[in-house]
Amino acid sequence: MKRVVITGAGTINALGHSVPATLDAMREGRCGIGELKFRDVDRLAIRIGGQVRGFEAEGRFNRQQMSLYDRFTQFTLTAAKEAIEQSGLEFHGELSAKAGVVLGNSGGGMQTLDENYRSVYEDGKNRVHPFVVPKLMNNAAAGHVSMQFNLKGPSFTVSTACASSNHAMAQAFQIVRSGMSPVMITGGSESMLCFGGVKAWEGLRVMSKDACRPFSANRNGMVQGEGAGIFVFEEYEHAKARGAEVLCEVIGFAMSSDAADIVMPSKQGAARAIAGALQDARIDASEVGYINAHGTGTAANDKTECAAVADVFGPQADKLMISSTKSMHGHLIGGTGAVELLACIMALRDGVIAPTISYDEPDPECALDVVPNEAREARVDVVLSNAFAFGGLNAVLALRKV
Amino acid sequence: MSTQDKVIAIIAEQAVLEPSDVTLDSTLEDLGIDSLGLVESIFAIEEEFDISIPFNANEPEQSDFDISSVAAIISGIDKLVSEKV
Repeated sequence: MKRVVITGAGTINALGHSVPATLDAMREGRCGIGELKFRDVDRLAIRIGGQVRGFEAEGRFNRQQMSLYDRFTQFTLTAAKEAIEQSGLEFHGELSAKAGVVLGNSGGGMQTLDENYRSVYEDGKNRVHPFVVPKLMNNAAAGHVSMQFNLKGPSFTVSTACASSNHAMAQAFQIVRSGMSPVMITGGSESMLCFGGVKAWEGLRVMSKDACRPFSANRNGMVQGEGAGIFVFEEYEHAKARGAEVLCEVIGFAMSSDAADIVMPSKQGAARAIAGALQDARIDASEVGYINAHGTGTAANDKTECAAVADVFGPQADKLMISSTKSMHGHLIGGTGAVELLACIMALRDGVIAPTISYDEPDPECALDVVPNEAREARVDVVLSNAFAFGGLNAVLALRKV
Repeated sequence: MSTQDKVIAIIAEQAVLEPSDVTLDSTLEDLGIDSLGLVESIFAIEEEFDISIPFNANEPEQSDFDISSVAAIISGIDKLVSEKV
């Protein structure tokens, strides 16, 4: 089995339009959640979200590209450019033939769906733009990344709701670890902050109207975000041979299914994924210093997740730190694990643990060190990133300092 | 149909029971309605009475809308309907 390292990272999200800007915000515990701005927002009961601000697609992309790129594709390409530039890789010849892109995404081109449904249903138009289908399909972003960077190997999109990015990165990890390809571009994106996207979530009645407060006793629901996180997963010897800067190593993962309920999470399912990741990475629970939590800020997730961590880690659970950066960038649904992986990289590389902000009151059912409100300096060697999705589909990644 | 009959019909359908099995002092838990069933019932009630029920599944007890029994739900609806007029 090959070792897999990360040699590039890119992002755009409510906290920043690049990795350095995002990590600065996480260090400062800044909140990217604010009042939503888009058409018909006045008809929503939920009017806050982690919206990407100041992103002008015009100018970045030409007219023809704009007609093909939904906002989730725009985010993906922006983050992919940052990640691939950092890695210093150029794809041609044999590397191009083998390298691919596996991305997570849940809603596909929601902005495109929203605009075109409005056009045909509300405005009564009988004609839509010819590229509606290639623009809204879930794999559009992966397709455009492959085209833009000349990636001709295995490429596909994984859709497992809130665990999409973690499942996608797990697939990319396997592809590199098994030797199938020396380099994979991976991560995920989402752009669901439009009238229909928020209205659908509103229906579930799990959204907060004021803030995302994971693990805090007064939490009252999740807050949506948008953006992308993209990484370059590279085989260790390949990276070393070309003198690439290594951000961290991906050492294992596990996936599990609750097989229980379509929305209510299961402690056992989550615990099996966490324990499985430790086992796959061949590490002892005592080595884990930090967990980037799924931490949605709902009543159901946070207590289930803390119970699962307590089950797997036993007394060690009190020694580790666990935080939810969703409190700052919101829940990016299919892109969330990717943006959250940045907090894991910051913990390993910079020794800075991103906080859980908006934390007001301890909850006895979430009695772990959730790094409340302020980032903390700490040396950690191994971290986990949790994602537990609707459908009961879970994916946990394990990473190590290099 | 009275408010009471309409609410009982909605709840009975959700619980897969006969309306006669739903009494005013039944709790949703007694009737076997879980959190998803509750959210669906609230939606059906909103549609039936054209009202908006302030309910957040994360903090049901904090909500202004009392769901502790069928009778409490009916009186909550009556209040919201009267405020609407």
